Amino acid sequence: MSEQKLQSQTVQTTGHAWDGDLQEYNNPLPVWWVYTFYATFVFAIVYWTIYPSWPFGKGWIGGLSDVTYVNSAGETKTHSWNTRALYLEDMNKAAIEQKPYFDKVNAMSYEQISRDPEATAFILSSGKALFADNCAACHQSGGQGVVGFFPNLTDDDWLYGGSYETINQTLLHGRRGYMPGFGDVLTGVQIDQLANYVASLSGLQHNAALAKAGDVLFHNETAACYYCHGVDAKGRKEIGAPNLTDGIWLWAGVNATPSSEGKVAAIRTVINNGLAKGVMPAWAGRLSPEQIKVLTVYVHDLGGGV
Amino acid sequence: MNFNFKHEWIETNIGLMAVLTMLAISVGGLVEIAPLFFIDKTIEKVEGVRPYTPLEQRGRDIYQREGCYLCHSQMIRPFRDEKLRYGHYSLAAESQYDHPFQWGSKRTGPDLARVGGKYSNEWQVQHLVAPRSMVPESVMPNYPWLLATKLDISDTADRMKALRKVGVPYSLTQEEYKANVVKFGETVAPLLHIPDAQKNLLEQAMGTMVDFSKYDDDAFVNDR
Repeated sequence: MSEQKLQSQTVQTTGHAWDGDLQEYNNPLPVWWVYTFYATFVFAIVYWTIYPSWPFGKGWIGGLSDVTYVNSAGETKTHSWNTRALYLEDMNKAAIEQKPYFDKVNAMSYEQISRDPEATAFILSSGKALFADNCAACHQSGGQGVVGFFPNLTDDDWLYGGSYETINQTLLHGRRGYMPGFGDVLTGVQIDQLANYVASLSGLQHNAALAKAGDVLFHNETAACYYCHGVDAKGRKEIGAPNLTDGIWLWAGVNATPSSEGKVAAIRTVINNGLAKGVMPAWAGRLSPEQIKVLTVYVHDLGGGV
Repeated sequence: MNFNFKHEWIETNIGLMAVLTMLAISVGGLVEIAPLFFIDKTIEKVEGVRPYTPLEQRGRDIYQREGCYLCHSQMIRPFRDEKLRYGHYSLAAESQYDHPFQWGSKRTGPDLARVGGKYSNEWQVQHLVAPRSMVPESVMPNYPWLLATKLDISDTADRMKALRKVGVPYSLTQEEYKANVVKFGETVAPLLHIPDAQKNLLEQAMGTMVDFSKYDDDAFVNDR
C-alpha cells in the first residue's frame, strides 16, 4: 500500500499508546474471511454430530451416522460409524460380488476349470493379483524365477511335480530343499569324478575317465547320489531332488560361465558344499483355500505339466 | 473483537500471558492424549501379544538405526485393499510394547507389519544385501554391511533394562519373573528375563503374534 493511499484512509488504531505516541494500527480482517472462519465452527459442530468425536466417560460420542455389515456368524449388525465397521461392510460387499465366481471355481475340478472360459478368465485376473502380491517377490512377476535362488515356474521342469495336485500341496504346506555337502565325506578326487559324471549327464564337456569313475560313485554306497537323484539321475519329485539330465540348472551356476572347466567347477561346488536353500513358505493360514486353488490353477497355467 | 476485552490487558501482564499461552498450546495435546487414559477400549483385549524377545529387540534396534521406518510402515490400515495385500489390519494391542511405535503413513516400500514368514529367510537375506536381485523395480538401497558386521551382544541386558524403565515388562527380579509367567505363560516368560538375555538371544518369533482365526472382527468394531 503506497504511503499516499494510506494517508487518505482513516485507519483505526488499537486504542492504546506506548511511550506517549507509539500506536498500533488495527486493520480488521475482511468480512468474507471472518464469516468463512465462523462457518468452520458450524462445520465442526455438524461433523461432531455425524461422526465419532468427543471423549465421554470411558468411551466417546459415537455420532449419528452408522454402518451396517454382516459379521462372520451371518448376523446383520449396525454400529456407529468407524473405519473397522466400514472395512467389514466393504469386505462383505466384495465377498458377495465374488462369491458366485469362487463358488463356481470351488465346485469344479482342475480339469473342468481349464476347459471353462469364464472360470479361466476369473483365475487369470484374480490369480494375477494374488501372484503379484504373494509369489512375485521370489518367483518374479512373470514367474521366471531367479537362477540360484528360486525356480522358474514357466518351464517344464518341476522339482516337486507340476501337476495340479502337487502344485496345490506345495502352496499349502511349503517346501524345504536340502542336499548334504560331500566335502567332509569324499576326497577331492572323488568329488571331481562326480562333478564330471554329472556334467556328462546333460552333455556338457567333461573328462571321460573321471566321469566313468564318477558313475560308479554315483551308483554305489560311497556317495549314493542315486538314493535321491534316482538311478537314471532324473530326480525324484517326492523329495524335490532335481533331474540332472535335462540341462536346467537352478542351483549350480553352470550357465553363469562359458568355459567347460567353469561349468564342472560350478557343479563341483554344489557337491562339495551341499545346499540348504530352496525354502518355499507354507501359504495355508495366510491365504484362504479358495485363493490357494486360484493360485494352483494360475501357476499350472504358467508352465505346469506333470 | 468486541468482547469488551483489551489486548493491552494481556500484553501488559506477562504472567497472565504465559498462563494463557500455555493453555492455548496444550489444547491440542489435551484433547487427543488425555482421553486415552480414561477410555478402556483403546487397547483391544487379545491374547498372544508379548514384549519382543532379546533377538527380536536387537533386530528392531537395527531396523531403527538403518532408518527402515522412513520408507516402511508397520501398521496395516482397516481397508480392504490393505487386507488383501498385507493381511489383517493392525491392532493397537500389537504395538503396546513398542518404544517408539513404528506406525507411520509414509510408504515408499510396503508395510512390514505381517511380512514375517511370508518369504523364506534366504529371500530376506539376499533382498537386504541386493534388493534389485530379487525385485528388479525396487528403489531400496543395498545393505551389504548387515551381513558382514558382527552383532555386538554385550549390551543386550542394558537395552532391556532401558525399555523396562519406560514400562516394558521385562523381568529383573524373581517376583517380576513370576508375574510374567502368569501374564505371558511359562514358555514366554523366560525369554523376557533380563539376567538370561544373552542365553535367549537366539529365540525368535515369526509373523503375527495374535491368532486372528480366534477372533471375530465384530469384536474389534466395538473397540472403536
